[in-house]
Amino acid sequence: MVPVLLIGIPLLAGLIGFSLKDVAAKSWALFASLLTLGVSLYGICLPKDSRQLVFNEPWMGSLNSHFAISLDGTGQILCLLTAIAFPLIFISTWKEEYKKAHNFFGLMLLSQAGLLGVFLAADALLFYFFWELALIPVYFLASQWGGEKRIAATFKFFIYTFLGSLMMLIGIIYIYFHTRDHSFALSSFYQAHLLISAETQTWLFWFIFVAFAVKMPIFPFHTWQPDTYEQSPTAVTMVLSGLMVKMGVFGLLRWLAPVLPMGTYMWGDTVSMMCIIGMIYASLIAMRQDDLKRMVAYSSIAHIGLMCLAVFATTEIGIQGVMIQMFNHGINIIGLWIVVYIIEKQFKTRKISELGGLASRAPVLTAMLVIITLANIALPLTNAFIGEFLMFSGIYSSKATVYNVVFTVTAAMTIILSAVYMLNMVQRVFYGPTNALTEKGVDIRMNEKFVLGIIVVLIVVVGVYPEPLFRLTQDSVNALLSKMYVKP
Amino acid sequence: MNAIITSAILGVIMMFSGIFMKKNSSIASLAILSILVLLAMSVLDMSGYHFFPVDTHNMLEFEAFGHLINCIVIACTLAYFLLNARDIASIGNNPGEYFALIFFVLCGISIATSFNSLLMLFIGIEIISIPLYILTGSDKRNLKSNEASLKYFLMGAFSTGIMLLGIAFLYGASAKGSFFLDDMAPVKSAVASPMMMTGLILLMISMSFKVSAAPFHFWTPDVYDGAPTVITSFMATVVKAGTFIAFIRLFANAFSDIKLQWQIYIAIIAAITLFIGNITAVFQQSVKRMLAYSSIAQVGFMLLSIITINTLAKEGIILYVTVYSIATIGLFAILVRMKDFSLDGFNGLARRYPVVAFTSTIFLLSLAGIPLTGGFLAKYYMISSVMQTGSYLWLVIFALLCATVSVYYYFRVIQAMYFKEGVAQQLEIGPGFQLMLLILALITILLGIFPQLLIDRLYIIYI
Repeated sequence: MVPVLLIGIPLLAGLIGFSLKDVAAKSWALFASLLTLGVSLYGICLPKDSRQLVFNEPWMGSLNSHFAISLDGTGQILCLLTAIAFPLIFISTWKEEYKKAHNFFGLMLLSQAGLLGVFLAADALLFYFFWELALIPVYFLASQWGGEKRIAATFKFFIYTFLGSLMMLIGIIYIYFHTRDHSFALSSFYQAHLLISAETQTWLFWFIFVAFAVKMPIFPFHTWQPDTYEQSPTAVTMVLSGLMVKMGVFGLLRWLAPVLPMGTYMWGDTVSMMCIIGMIYASLIAMRQDDLKRMVAYSSIAHIGLMCLAVFATTEIGIQGVMIQMFNHGINIIGLWIVVYIIEKQFKTRKISELGGLASRAPVLTAMLVIITLANIALPLTNAFIGEFLMFSGIYSSKATVYNVVFTVTAAMTIILSAVYMLNMVQRVFYGPTNALTEKGVDIRMNEKFVLGIIVVLIVVVGVYPEPLFRLTQDSVNALLSKMYVKP
Repeated sequence: MNAIITSAILGVIMMFSGIFMKKNSSIASLAILSILVLLAMSVLDMSGYHFFPVDTHNMLEFEAFGHLINCIVIACTLAYFLLNARDIASIGNNPGEYFALIFFVLCGISIATSFNSLLMLFIGIEIISIPLYILTGSDKRNLKSNEASLKYFLMGAFSTGIMLLGIAFLYGASAKGSFFLDDMAPVKSAVASPMMMTGLILLMISMSFKVSAAPFHFWTPDVYDGAPTVITSFMATVVKAGTFIAFIRLFANAFSDIKLQWQIYIAIIAAITLFIGNITAVFQQSVKRMLAYSSIAQVGFMLLSIITINTLAKEGIILYVTVYSIATIGLFAILVRMKDFSLDGFNGLARRYPVVAFTSTIFLLSLAGIPLTGGFLAKYYMISSVMQTGSYLWLVIFALLCATVSVYYYFRVIQAMYFKEGVAQQLEIGPGFQLMLLILALITILLGIFPQLLIDRLYIIYI
């Protein structure tokens, strides 16, 4: 019942939200998202084999597709992230005045339903449905409430992801016809690779991978991302970068690597090279950005690249790191976006060159930001350190590739680069002398303090005591590895 | 049989209604009443109540597939009447006759969906076509309408000639010298004689013309653009659906044994249709013309079902013509009320008419094939029926690339309605009209989640 509630609450609440008055819609959305968080926490507390965590009903009879959803380790950690993120987003942008706010919040909740559906679906066709359901509301959100060039930017984003999704659809249908019982069920998909030859897997891999690569995004499929992040309203950017990119990594972990193990193994080096190129490239560009939003966008490409790299390394420790890091990255990047949002709201600019000396005016904000920044560059005692350390160990000890050392060293370079651009940003925006614009700056309000406080607490708690997250994902990691292919 | 005879009788009644009724609105009401009767008769037909026991000498064969399509086509016409009856009646001076002609078209469709002999196919297609030539030119004072009508008539007559020639060839090639579909297949080997292939390809060409598949589509944009918009709506949806079913019926029943020999031609036609339809639609500035090209593009997708003619294809084509017709009828109903068909004419529509904008968004999403709308599952069925055969993967990939292109032009309308600033034009729409649009949008979404509501009708056996 829990997964049904997880999808049902935001879905229904979103539909109701469309009919509410603007002010009521805001509170309604917050209430619904808190309710979802409660259900999600309840789901985590349940034992692993609880029958409450699965739901399976026949759906489209003639196609043999089921409305099958289940909450397992990987899904749990991402559902938790989604459930935490939405209240944080709503609270941090509480003062924002949207035109037609009821539509805004209705669509936000619908996108949450779609996201949760993606993380819960245990049926390929259902997964595809939710995959698109998450996209459509975000498209409307970004094009309606975004910046000046929003229409072109979000359209590019839509076309990219739509093309990727259609390619994935071909892959799904192909695998469907090669399952033994002609079924979309995840368990049947996991068996299908026995009937699909290694040669077929080599090309089939790309059909599915493209959809995930666009979403994450992996170089060279990333060109939609900076524009879309820049043009979307910040609340939507948080959804996009904090949550939607995880759909891509999650897709790899659940729907690609175990479904087509041979294909994944054979293209591992190629994809890893793409990740490495993307990470270095994005880090270098992030260093030269003057716009805060674009800088964070490029830094996100670099971080996601590392996760993808660790998935293809196919080691227990690396994949464990990916799972933890998906959660951590979501929290950290939402924190960064909130800071960007606060700055933009106050000074009406995102240009690093026009800001400076904020520390003297907004000490609390500065303190929070510094912690989030340190987390983003994976300093020990912060959450990202745990994730990235595990991933690096995983890549280094990988048996799936002979280039493991090269990959580790080059990927580690990006940590240094990320320290350069993040600290440089902190230096130029928060320290130094104030100028005419930042002279009038004030510190953050209660709601922002609250949200950033929660994020900082999460950063530190997970950084010091990550044990619960490990326990949550351990079984999934083992199950996943048993399905992946590593050369003996 | 119910549908054929009732629609013919109702057509005659509608023809005389113009003499006895003076007010347009009463004629429109009578038309709606008549179509309800026709729908009831058709549904009863499907449920096993046949009121007209006519011996057709096996020239017509009634089965679940044909019955279901008749019901769908008539239900779509009902929706079309409910939205547009007033507009049909006010095209010109003879409102009764426009409705009468529409009923005759429905009669033709009922024949074309259940023919069992090539002669009946020919008669059905002609009964569909001739009233349409008149309807296209029904706006008598408009030069464009006249031009469209003449163009359509000339091209249509030409393709009819080709069809007759094809039928003649097939008659000669059939073993027993008959027009029946059952006698068409080669008796001994699964290889068609050259004469048979010639006849087959000629039929393929003429049917492609009727459903406006490329490269025989050249009449479509001009005729759709020139005809009164209400009539375009009917031609692009109900007529296209009916004709397409005749097309698939012809190839599924008579020539499925030798499909390896003609599949490739259909595949090529489908690929060209998809390409030309989608690419040309991108460059249209008038939404009406864009929809004309989109209807060509959609036919390209439907043609995938003829390549495979398996169970998935049959189920899928029913879903496809339904959701396609609903979406297009809805969009045209809105267009009929507009004065400015250009893309800019849609600017700012969402603010002034939220219901219209919302429903047309659903229709456009359905045409583009976005999940949760019927359009997605329709496309899904088409693709998966091809993938089941294991060949023609190139066509599937090509079709999906074209579908991505289609997103571009469908979404431009959505962008204009929601995201562009502008003063929306005045539309004459009442609450009933909006309610009908909402119902159609609801059906579109419902079929996108539970397609079996429709498809299972194929397998219900009535005693």
